[in-house]
Amino acid sequence: MSAQTETELETGVIKGLIVPGLPQPLLAPDQNEGWGRIRAAFEAARAELLAAKPDLILVYSTMWPSVIGHQIQADPRPKWVHVDELFHDLGSIPYEFDVDEEFAHTYCAAARARGLHARTIAYHGFPIDTGSVVALKLLTPGNEVPAAITSSNVYADRAETIVLGKAAADAVTKLGRRAVAVVVTSLSNRLFTDWIDPKDDRIHSPKDEEWNQKMLEFLADGRLEDVSQLSREIHRQVRVKKVVNFKPMWWLAAVMGQHNQYDGKVHDYAPIYGAGAAVVSLTPSLAGVGDKEYDEEDVEVYGGDRNVLVTDNDDGIPAVAPRATPAPAPAPSQAARRPAPSAKGTIETDAAPVPVGAYPHARKVGDLLFLSGVGPRRPGTGEVPGGPVRGEDGEPRDYDVEAQTRSTIANVKAILEASGASIDDVLDVTVFLIDMDRDFPTFNRIYAEELGHTGATRTTLAVTALPTPIAVELKVLAKAPGATI
Amino acid sequence: MTKKKGEIVAGILAPHPPHLVYAENPPQNEPKAECGWEELRWGYERLRRDLESIDFDVMLIISPHWQTYIGTHFIGVPHFESKSVDPVFPNLFRFDYTIDYDVALARAIHDEARSDGLVVKMMENPDFRVDYGTIVSAHMTRPQWDKPLVGISSQRSRHYYSVEVMQEQAITLGRATRRAIEASGKRCVLLASNSLSHRHFTTESDVPEDMSREHIYNHHQYLWDMQVIDLIRSGRSTELMDIMPEFVEQSVSEAEAGSLGWLISALDYPSFGADVYAYGTVIGTGNVVAAWFPGRAGEAVGAKTTPAGAGA
Repeated sequence: MSAQTETELETGVIKGLIVPGLPQPLLAPDQNEGWGRIRAAFEAARAELLAAKPDLILVYSTMWPSVIGHQIQADPRPKWVHVDELFHDLGSIPYEFDVDEEFAHTYCAAARARGLHARTIAYHGFPIDTGSVVALKLLTPGNEVPAAITSSNVYADRAETIVLGKAAADAVTKLGRRAVAVVVTSLSNRLFTDWIDPKDDRIHSPKDEEWNQKMLEFLADGRLEDVSQLSREIHRQVRVKKVVNFKPMWWLAAVMGQHNQYDGKVHDYAPIYGAGAAVVSLTPSLAGVGDKEYDEEDVEVYGGDRNVLVTDNDDGIPAVAPRATPAPAPAPSQAARRPAPSAKGTIETDAAPVPVGAYPHARKVGDLLFLSGVGPRRPGTGEVPGGPVRGEDGEPRDYDVEAQTRSTIANVKAILEASGASIDDVLDVTVFLIDMDRDFPTFNRIYAEELGHTGATRTTLAVTALPTPIAVELKVLAKAPGATI
Repeated sequence: MTKKKGEIVAGILAPHPPHLVYAENPPQNEPKAECGWEELRWGYERLRRDLESIDFDVMLIISPHWQTYIGTHFIGVPHFESKSVDPVFPNLFRFDYTIDYDVALARAIHDEARSDGLVVKMMENPDFRVDYGTIVSAHMTRPQWDKPLVGISSQRSRHYYSVEVMQEQAITLGRATRRAIEASGKRCVLLASNSLSHRHFTTESDVPEDMSREHIYNHHQYLWDMQVIDLIRSGRSTELMDIMPEFVEQSVSEAEAGSLGWLISALDYPSFGADVYAYGTVIGTGNVVAAWFPGRAGEAVGAKTTPAGAGA
């Protein structure tokens, strides 16, 4: 994946920050030389942040746990006097923040469109966590930039956290925000278990120190994606097992584009009561180390254990029970399925089923017309002609592949017509079937009837599953209207 | 001249899901429900009736939702008035509270625990917000709010070491609590505020009180819950403590908070059974409302009279 530099990006996520959430740098910077340095590092990061002229600070706090999916703060002006439940003797923290309410709702919709359970919250007195409070108090003490705050689900693992980050990026794109993403986390997070004299503070163990230095070395090189992919190992080595895994780098990498092309700057690093506290900034750059360790599968839509109590979603498509194979995506909200505002030549039509992600039905580029994958769902209702391949309980169902194939081709025709083209303009088709042995003969017969005359080239593949409970999907390349080819 | 020793008149194990307060619709809570979780709420109701017949001075609570990673903390402020909003279920629980705390007894336990080698601290910040677990359990047990509380944090060293280490500290805290109560001359109710198995569903129904959606997360958890309840009912406290670490690990039990271990230890490993008022699930977690009444089983814990000063 390629990166753009901060100055090239007029909108999008223009910078990432990693900051600690313990309250000492805010409340007691004078009690320890390292705590004071972290306070100064916050101030340097704040100056860097403001110089980038963002219009949104997007916070993911590991100190705000959630259980039911993810929560997104949507109270436009949360106000309280916060006291940390552990370091309450350091004092109280009055706060009043400026929250980007529109972004919160868009972020929530984008998360749902990607299969996550998410909700906004806007209640007076909601207990914003110490980490978020510390980060915002030190990065925007005068509310210079509106904020968004997201929880960290205790059960979420890599796939869910990455999808959450992508949903944040979707929302940034949709609203054209210029955002700085902030993760609130310690590196090693092992606190001392007895009170110490602040002047005696140190990293809890040499092992913690060694791993913190590894992380900082990578981050200084701008290798965020590499740190993201090391997250499980980091968790095993230096994280106390409070939650399922070490997640913040997954989220940050996903929201920033999953690559290693950043200018990394470690503003400072110091122990806070034994834990590793660092302030790091990551700015998109073409001078980064590039692609190095893309060895983990990427994921776009979450389909894990999130449907025990789910009812039908808003668009009337039944939720599906847990299964071993990838689960289908829920129908997206209207907001989340729109392409990026900057996309040109995109085609959308109500005559075809709504996309299950943030992509258009088709896009014209030069003489060519690229169609997104098309399945058999009926426009408007989402109903699958011939029946879904799985029931609400996740168990396989009998289905009629002929009906699904004919409906799929009808949808292809509708998109082509909405693009000013026709079935006769098809140049190349890629076919995806979930059961080649069972379905290919029937599919092949109908294809010959409907598309055989076009002379289009074709490739047919068997896949484990498709994003909705369907058996067939077509990826079509066609000649654009007025093409000279 | 003799001074009557303080005593533990009841030891309660009860959960704190905000759903229970939500479904009760007390005036302090903003959200309103139609119904829900009746088994547990009626269980709490029967517990309340039994407590009405017992004279007590103070209720001591350990809540898993005041988590401290450096030692055990005690509320050291005598009075709080504020609002509690559940961080996980803010849609269900936004509760205006007024609570009095027995700081003298809290400090006495703090001092006893410190003398036993535990890491302890008094919480004396007046802006501190009382955790929702404490409020839910206290409200469901004593909605009159006419008894002062002693608030004790959940010490989470388990995250650094092991459940066994955590339990040893909870046992020590229980002994320290008992000694401090005896010296205080007060009649005390102890409340371990925790569920049993604690794996949640990660989604929720549109209508929170839709009981057609409520059940135990899985059968494995149910079996563990029933085994623990069987030990509670039959007074096999030593066995309960023996299996506690495995129970915590296997069922993700909220007993990891140390609250149940503290209670059993403070009750001095009761060999008499607890009254089990209810078992029910909340978003998949297993919850029991149960209470040990030492007075019913014979002599209350720490009830012997001693010469003045002997236990002080």
